[in-house]
Amino acid sequence: MAGTFGRRRLMAGGGGAVLGAALATACGSNTGRGDGDSGAGLRQWYHQYGEPGTERAVKRYAAAYKKTEVTVQWRPGDYDRQTAAALLTDSGPDVFEVNGPLLDQIQGGQVVDLTAEIEPVKDDFNQAVLAPKTWQGKVWGIPQVIDMQMLYYRKSALKDAGVQPPRTLDELVDAAKAVSGKKKTKGLFLGNDGGVGVLSGTPLFAAGLSLISEEGKVGFDDPAAARALGKIRQLYADKSLLLGAPTDWSDPSALVQGLTAMQWSGLWALPQIKKALGDDFGVLPFPGDGSGGKPAVPVGAYGSAVSARSKHTAQAKAFAKWLWVERTDFQRDFALSYGFHIPARISLAKQAEQLREGAAADAVRFATEYGHAEPLLWTAASRTAYQDALSRIIKDGAHPEGELKGVVRKVSAELQRVKKK
Amino acid sequence: MSTGVLGPQRRNLWFWVFVGPFALGLGLFTYVPLVWSLYLSFFDAHNTVSPDASDFVGLGNYGAMLSDGAFLASLGTFVLFTAFIVPATYVLALALALMVNRLRVAQAFFRSVFFLPTACSYVVAAVIWKLSIFNGVRFGLANTVLGWFGADQTAWLSTTHPPWYWLVIVTVRLWLQAGFYMILFLAGLQRISPQLYEAAAVDGARPGWQTFRHITFPQLRATSVAVVLLLVINAFQAFDEFYNLLSDARGYPPYARPPLVYLYYTALGQDQNLGLGSAGAVILALIIAVATVVQARWFGLGRKGED
Repeated sequence: MAGTFGRRRLMAGGGGAVLGAALATACGSNTGRGDGDSGAGLRQWYHQYGEPGTERAVKRYAAAYKKTEVTVQWRPGDYDRQTAAALLTDSGPDVFEVNGPLLDQIQGGQVVDLTAEIEPVKDDFNQAVLAPKTWQGKVWGIPQVIDMQMLYYRKSALKDAGVQPPRTLDELVDAAKAVSGKKKTKGLFLGNDGGVGVLSGTPLFAAGLSLISEEGKVGFDDPAAARALGKIRQLYADKSLLLGAPTDWSDPSALVQGLTAMQWSGLWALPQIKKALGDDFGVLPFPGDGSGGKPAVPVGAYGSAVSARSKHTAQAKAFAKWLWVERTDFQRDFALSYGFHIPARISLAKQAEQLREGAAADAVRFATEYGHAEPLLWTAASRTAYQDALSRIIKDGAHPEGELKGVVRKVSAELQRVKKK
Repeated sequence: MSTGVLGPQRRNLWFWVFVGPFALGLGLFTYVPLVWSLYLSFFDAHNTVSPDASDFVGLGNYGAMLSDGAFLASLGTFVLFTAFIVPATYVLALALALMVNRLRVAQAFFRSVFFLPTACSYVVAAVIWKLSIFNGVRFGLANTVLGWFGADQTAWLSTTHPPWYWLVIVTVRLWLQAGFYMILFLAGLQRISPQLYEAAAVDGARPGWQTFRHITFPQLRATSVAVVLLLVINAFQAFDEFYNLLSDARGYPPYARPPLVYLYYTALGQDQNLGLGSAGAVILALIIAVATVVQARWFGLGRKGED
């Protein structure tokens, strides 16, 4: 009997909680908007930046906009998935930062056309990062700042091992092996997964190929692709790669703490590395491979997009234009005052004092000369298939040719799918 | 007995006061999404939960999912995981229960010690395992200890040959769940009548293995069935430790990717392929249901005449 009573009480409690929640949902207006639908307040979302001061800065920009009240939401966690899910509902943002937008989001009508907003200054944007935001001649996101990745190396560690900074992929393999093992330092850090996630298409670009060709076909159906990926496997097989570090590639700790002599990381890590290592470091692009190859540097840009589900798209577009097209002072501040990014506008990047000397100047040059962005046609399903194959090549020693054949099939099917729409 | 109690309750307003809200919540948050998911599984629902009629693909998503090498590989992963974790937890929990049950002093203390990890969340435990015990550099706990014996540092979570990552995944789950099943076994052990042991002793059975094999183990049958069923269902639903131990911001390694993680990436990740993800979820649910029924049959659960 006591058991029955206990269960009943539990159910009543649970039911009460559900009822309470249902009532709260029914009556509440806790949508983060405050003024319901009566006014035209805009909700703007950003992903959480690591650099201190950024959040205050974007709130300051929003407050400076006088035409409409803009509420900024700073969202930690898995931002790409949060926005992807929020775009399916009415409670999502009006204006939001997006690592894209993705082709499926554009084709699904989830974001609005911003071509007219960007038109006056379209040519001033870095074309490498504007291209993946353009579909059928229309622009769907305004690039905010450019992020790029490159190879950091510790000069003293390479010098001690008697090796030169690597200029080819073969030299990189040899150098990583040569510096590995001394005082338990590893040669190269490409992330805890051995480079599967971060390298993406970079080795293919280094071999003179691409993910998707200009004609919209698979860009790596070529023996050179298998050769380049085989060399990444070599790095793993030689035990030259640092694996299982406490922080991943995006954080420079592994290099700074001496766990590795070379590390692949982002431009954002530069101030931290400079502070810790002084002049004892240099930067390189991903080295080219083979006769047709050339150095490669991935670039990308978060863009500002407007949700098609927004009830205030006109105001949202006006705000996006005001902030990311007109207010160059804010754009410069956002790119250079907190973290370390290249402004997306060529004219602003040229003016930036911080990017004129040393490793930062090298980085800007790499981005301009060797920069490649993931094309819009490179869908999430294609990326998963490619990264799975890359993982099997690197870790299991699977045959690159065979693995790539499977990826080519998958990517071709994806290209067919998106072109049908 | 049961009809006697239920009858008046049906006419009782209080029944609905107590059960109504709960049933409403269950319907709203469980059954509606379930049915909606089934509906979506027949559509090409990219980035939408309300596809048009033109997006109808029939069983296309099911075909695509069942011919998807990555999904099938993930099913393989979880069969392997279940094959590891179910016997391992079973043996460990039973051993702990037998040990604790024998204690004459501080029984409550040891019971709590083994049970406490259950209160820890998978996320927290996974982070501890990943960052301090099994990190791949020289100052990780496991590597430090191995270093004393001159061993090289091992990247536990990144090494696939040999697959050390299984050690990390299995130990974290063992640590978290063994205590809970130990409590179930303890309850079972305490239900066994002491007279049985006394009678066995009179008949000349030696304490220890003989008694365990012929009395304790058969008497624990009902508990064992429940424990194994729970363990299998839990193993099928594994997600947290895989996700927290192995994923990073950019993706997830294809080895050791259980189906739930794969579906999460397909449906809720950047793919936003909700039709395909729903089809996978339906397939997975069917597999779990079939496995459970087969297992219940095998154990003779619900057979007439069982105690």
